[in-house]
Parts: sequence; C-alpha cells; structure tokens
Amino acid sequence: MDHLDRLENDSVFILREAYRKFDKLAMLWSMGKDSTVMLWLARKAFLGRVPYPVLHIDTTFKIPSMVEFRDRMAREMKLDLIVSKNEGALSRKRTFPDGGATRVECCTWLKKDALKKAVDERGFNGIIVGVRRDEEPTRAKERYFSPRDANMEWDVEDQPPEFWDQFKTDFKPGTHVRIHPLLHWTELDIWDYIAREKIPVISLYFSDANGERYRSIGCAQCTARIRSTARTPAEIAEELRKTNVPERAGRAQDKESEDAFEKLRRDGYM
Amino acid sequence: MTPLLRLVIVGHVDHGKSTLIGRLFHDSGKLPEGKLEQLKAAAERRGMEFEWANLMDGLQAERDQNVTIDTAQIWFRTPKREAVIIDAPGHKEFLKNMVTGAASADAALLVVAADEGVQEQTRRHASLLTLLGLRQVAVVVNKMDSAGFTQAAFDKVRQDCSAFFAKLGLEPRAFIPISARHGDNVVSPSTKMPWHSGPTLLESLDTFSVPAPPEGRPLRFPVQDVYRFDDRRIIVGRIESGTLRVGDRLLFSPRDKTSVVKTIERWPTHDGKAVTAGMSVGITLAEQIYVERGQVGSHEEHPPIETDVFDAKVFWLGKDALEVGRPYTLKLATQDVECRVQSIEKIVDPVALTETPGGGSVPRDAIAEVSLRTRTHIALDDSALSPATGRFVLAKDGLILGGGIVSPCRYPDRRSALAGIKSRNLSWTEGKVGRKDREGRNRHRGTVLWMTGLSGSGKSAIGVELERELFRMGLHTYFLDGDNVRHGLSSNLGFSPEDRAENIRRTGEVAKLFLDSGAVVITAFISPYRDDRQLARSIVPEGDFVEIFLDCPLEVCETRDTKGLYRKARSGEIRDFTGISAPYERPEKPEITLRTDRQSIAESVAQVIDYLKSRVLKPSA
Repeated sequence: MDHLDRLENDSVFILREAYRKFDKLAMLWSMGKDSTVMLWLARKAFLGRVPYPVLHIDTTFKIPSMVEFRDRMAREMKLDLIVSKNEGALSRKRTFPDGGATRVECCTWLKKDALKKAVDERGFNGIIVGVRRDEEPTRAKERYFSPRDANMEWDVEDQPPEFWDQFKTDFKPGTHVRIHPLLHWTELDIWDYIAREKIPVISLYFSDANGERYRSIGCAQCTARIRSTARTPAEIAEELRKTNVPERAGRAQDKESEDAFEKLRRDGYM
Repeated sequence: MTPLLRLVIVGHVDHGKSTLIGRLFHDSGKLPEGKLEQLKAAAERRGMEFEWANLMDGLQAERDQNVTIDTAQIWFRTPKREAVIIDAPGHKEFLKNMVTGAASADAALLVVAADEGVQEQTRRHASLLTLLGLRQVAVVVNKMDSAGFTQAAFDKVRQDCSAFFAKLGLEPRAFIPISARHGDNVVSPSTKMPWHSGPTLLESLDTFSVPAPPEGRPLRFPVQDVYRFDDRRIIVGRIESGTLRVGDRLLFSPRDKTSVVKTIERWPTHDGKAVTAGMSVGITLAEQIYVERGQVGSHEEHPPIETDVFDAKVFWLGKDALEVGRPYTLKLATQDVECRVQSIEKIVDPVALTETPGGGSVPRDAIAEVSLRTRTHIALDDSALSPATGRFVLAKDGLILGGGIVSPCRYPDRRSALAGIKSRNLSWTEGKVGRKDREGRNRHRGTVLWMTGLSGSGKSAIGVELERELFRMGLHTYFLDGDNVRHGLSSNLGFSPEDRAENIRRTGEVAKLFLDSGAVVITAFISPYRDDRQLARSIVPEGDFVEIFLDCPLEVCETRDTKGLYRKARSGEIRDFTGISAPYERPEKPEITLRTDRQSIAESVAQVIDYLKSRVLKPSA
C-alpha cells in the first residue's frame, strides 16, 4: 500500500463509521477540490453511491461556473442535493462589500447561518466536512468527530480524546457532530489523488488564457487567482511541490485580524 | 511514494517542543511564505518577545499564554522522506490531548530541557508512549544554551533518561543535544558542541521507519457494517492484519459462524484481487449467515480468543476514578460491549514507576493491571500478537476515558469450553429407575456441594470431614477430591486455562451422574474461573448446585502451604499457580461462604449441614 492508498482507506473507514453512527447525516459540498474528492471517497466507501444528502451552502456569490458544475455532477452522480441560502441576510443585504458587512460577518451570515438553518430544518446530527489539518492552524487542532453545540459552537479547549480509531459518536439531542474524513490529507495529497483517480474537478483550478488559476475557491469577492501555468492535476501537484505559499493566501476573510479564522470556526464555520 | 512518517513531539511543559518545531521549519526552509513576518508582527502587537512556538500554537489562548493546549500537526520533508509532525501538549491538564496526538504516531521525540532535566511530564509521557505501543523514540536534550553547551549537562540528562527508559524496557534510538532557540544541532551541526558526534535532529528522523501493514499475520477483519443497498448483503470493514481472498472460508467470532468469501466488492473497478492489511473492503459470502458489526472475521485455523474475561494494562484519563464493579463501555475494534473491572491487580505510578497493590479504583492519570469482565463474549487478541484487536478504549456516556492493551491470556478461551457443550448431539437413555425413586428410598434429596477456594483454603480437609459426617447421618454421599480426579479421569490435563476449564467440565459431568444416583456429591476444586463454575452449575438441574466459597486470604493459605506448592510457585518451579501466577475470581453470590481463616473445620462442617437441613434432608415430594 502506498501513501495515497493509506489515506484513502482510512478516510473510507471514517465515512463508514459516520454512516453507521449517525442516522441524519449530510455531506457538505462546495464544489471545491476537497469536497469533490470526498464525494469520490464516499462512492468508494458505499460502492458507487452517496447514501445521504449532499448540502451546498449557497452564498449566491459563488463563481457562476461553480453552479453549472454542481448541477451537472449532481445529475451524473444521482445526488440528493440540498441547496441552503440565508435568504434573510441576502434580502437585507448583510453582505460584503456592497452591504457594508465585514468579510467575517458576511461569512458568518451567509455560510454559518445558512448551515445552521439546514441543520435545524432537516434535523441533521452528523455533517461531513472536507477540512484538512494542513489548511490553517485551527483546523490542525481538529478531531475526526468534532462536536458542535446547539449554537454550533466548537469548544476547542475541551475536545474529546480520540485514538486507536475510537471516536466519540454519542451526543446530546440538539447538538451535531462535524465529521472530517480528509483531516489527515494535505493539499498536495488531494491533487496527487485527483490525478491518480482521474476525478473530475471544476476547471477554475486550471490555468486560464491569462496564465492564472484559483488555488482555493470560494466567493468571487473574497477569492483571488494566482499566477500559474498548471493545466492538469499532475501539473498542479508539481507546482505545489515547489511552493512555500500557503493555500489560503488568496482567501481574504482569514486576514481581517490575527484570530479572524479561529473566531469563525469557534462559532460554527467550516 | 515512500510512506509518511508520523512523528510526535512530547515532553514536559515549557521544555521547548513547539519552539523546536518552529526552528526545524525555519532552518529547513519549509516555513510557509509570510509566516515568520506574521508571527513577528503578532508578537510585537502583544508586546511579547517573538516565540517560535506560535507557529504551532494555532489558538489565540495558546499564543496568549504561550502554552500548547491541543495537539496539532504540520507537514514536513526530511532529505529522505515526507513526515507529519504532531505537537503534543506537555501540560498535565491536557494529557488526553497528548494521548490523542501520540497514539497515531510511528515514532516520538522526547524533549527534555537541559537546565531542568527529567521532570514529571517527561516521565509520564515516556510511560504512556510505551503503553501506546511506540518503540521508536529519540531523546532531544534542548536548551543546551542555558547549560553552557557542556557535555556534563547533556550526560546528566542522558543518564537519567536511560535509567528511566530501561525500567520501561525501551532503549532510545539517539540522544541529541540541541538549542531550538538558536538552532544548534537541529538542521545543521553545532559548532558549540564539538563533543557531540551523533546525528543532528534532522538526521535522526531518517533512522525511524514506518511499519508496513501486517499482511503476513493471521487475518483479522473486524466487521464495521453490513450494507443492503440492493439484494446483496455486503460486509464491510478494514482488514487489520493478514490477507483475504475469494474462496477463503471465514470464521466470524464471537458466535462462530463460517462462510466462504464469494466476491470482493470495489468501486469503480472490480478486479477481484486479494485484499490485505490496511484496506477498507467489502465482501459478499456464499452462504447467507447472520453477520453483524463487531464480529471479527478470521481464517478457521488462526481464530482470535473468544472470552468474557481477560487481563489488561490500562491507562486512565477520567476525572472520576475507574472503579471496580461500575459499568463502562469497552470498545475494541468495532465491538462495543458493557464491561466492568473485576479486580485491580496493581497500580503503577507512571511518574515514579512504583507499584502498589490494587484496591477498588484507579485514579486519574494512573496505569493499572486489571481483570475486565464483559457482559457478552467478545473476540480479542494478545496485544503483542495483534495490536489492532488487542487494544481498546473504555468510555462512559460516550466519552473516552481511558485505554488499554490486552495482556497474554490467563483465562480459558471460551471457544473450546463452549465447543464442549455444543457437541451433544445425542439422546439421553431414560432408565426405568429415576432420580426421584432413588431419593425416595434414600429418604433424602441429592445435591452437589461445590467447594471453591485457593489452594490451602481447606477444601480437602473440610471435604473429608463433611463426607464422614453426612455418612454418619445416614446419607448417601461421595467426595470428589480435585487431586484424586486429576489422578485418573483428568490425568491427561495440565494447568493451562483451557485444561482447567476442561477439568471442571468433566467434574461437573461426573457430579451430575452422582446426583442422578441420588447422592450428596461433595467436590473440592480450586475452580478459579467464574465462567467454569457457572458452566458446572449449568450442567446440573437448577437448585441442585450449592456453591461453597472457602474465603481465606492468600497470605493465610500461603502460610499453611501444606503441600509446599506456594513455595514452588514463588520460586517459579510451578507455573500458572492460582493466586500467585494465575488469577482466582471470587464468587459473586455463593450459596455458602466459609471464613476458613477464622473458623475451625468442625464449625465449617456444621455450617454446611445446617444449610442442608431444610433443603436436602427430606426427600422431594
């Protein structure tokens, strides 16, 4: 077994634990590379199916081709797709930059609150999220099974121990658990795996006519392109082997203050 | 691609674990762009000195207090391989987070500050590392700058560490004197410590290896779930050891059902190739047998142990002590079962490594040797032979509070004991004279008086007196003495747990025949295992089994030592001796308890006869 095999098999194990332990399970899908790999792993775990709803938190500021990719893939994979928006915040224009909200406030309202709405409405008790430890320092502290209280808050200072593939999967009603099957993957692993498995990903990741590509994708107003010539997953992996620039360098909401991202995550952000 | 090395960094609080990681990244050129500037600016804003530690301390509270609270990971490349570095908190409060970080590692660096030397958490972490199964450890002697870079300071720490690790049965791979703050011997050799001829820290990482999944070991396939997405039943799980092929006959334990592997299911390709350790797989079976989560698939010739009682070494992280008799959830591979601590043999202080006899509880952060009893049978292995099915966690209300590893088994494998009962595919020939006829003529009922107790507790002495007294009273009685039965009926059996179980089973069957003849049967066997006594009880009709517990402290029995056996057991001449090198499980609810350390033989005999008066001395209606 090589490195990617180990990553894949451990993620499949975690997905199957989640499916066994949570009766109201959903998987977040942002159409980004990580959650797209996660869908692929789900089909490995469940032999061609995704046996639970796939949830897209739609801020309505996503780059248009993302929605097109979403709907096409959902059809092909026969996904039970749920799209959740915070209609209230959108109609009151509590957004960045045109609504006068800060980036962090905009993320809180359009992403976190839209997720909470879906969790409350559908009664989900397990949400599978494609975060990785190497993305940024608070995610490095995460557990595979990470509890959130009724207000979606993360008690990072008192997390349950988990070891030897034994996880805390019993939680009080009204709370939910974030399940992180990709926690042990790196950005480079993701691209190596996409290349090996030939997983379809959105074209925004590949170098365009201007010699630019997205390294991390999100809302149009808070995500920047990087200079790159990489046109295939293998070329992206090659590029990553040589860079020291962090992945989320192009994500503006992380940088409003030193602990901006930690605050977002403690409050229930992904 | 070479496998990733998972390296955990542990040690006492403030000995510089996080600083070391920051330095390692900076000097090896692996620090993300802009990170150093960002950390320096943050330190300046806070009016504090810049700390490398802030690289790993991702939480605001950690940066404010300069203490690592939870474990974190960061990826890294050595000249030879990829590694992920796991930073584990050193503060005692956060031990559960340290265990979370360390349990997934292949190797460990133990950081000890040269100025403070070996401290409480240094020792505690070293003890836990060995219990977690980590054998690859290097000791990093940090803060050599504050000890004048002298060899004497380094040697002192090395000697202290070596002595402690020797007690744990572990030899560190290397000792490396460094200064994380200034970078000495981290990536490049230090000019200030020319006396050090060993590796730099970076070089030492390449001496560690990543263990390959145990493909050559006996198959262990714990069932994680059974899927019925269509008309097939797909059994899924991760192969923990061994190899599985289409056509293999699998035994699922406990409950011992077997079936043949029909297909190995994969997506998107379907090649039907053999699957091996480390793979999460799905299979279908040729015959439809009931298989569920928790069972362990194996080949028939190398099954796991099946039992409901076993010994283990546990570490306890719970705020409330681990208590004898209280229910906990034991989680072993994919099995979840209610479990109680039956007895605590000894408690080991992980810091001082002192051992104290176990009482009723194990306090927080202690290590203990215990016997555990599960509510139902489970499948497990000696942790030394199969780590994945030989380790478990203990939980209460879903929260993991401790972990443990299964010790070599001192209890009988119940699979063989149960097989004894199963092979009763025969009919019983009814005679024309029945037990009631005989009891009517005898003018008393038959019964089984089953004496259990340590060697030297007085079983034979009381047995012969009791037999004589009952005979004198006109009762039909027979005394089955343990030693006598072993002379003949069980002369082919030794004292292993399995042989003891078989000896008790045979005795139970013989006692049942005597009972059918209308006699009062007296047996005198140590019969140390609760399950075996339960088996003997289940052989005879309900109400006819009187368990007599000869309750006498080990010290008293040992002083008596009528046969000189304790002396031989203590010297190691006799192995598997109950009370010394094999367990004795006290009866939970014996019908009669005789305190043979306090009462005479005559008093004990009188107590048993008194009990029998109302029950046995008149024939059944």
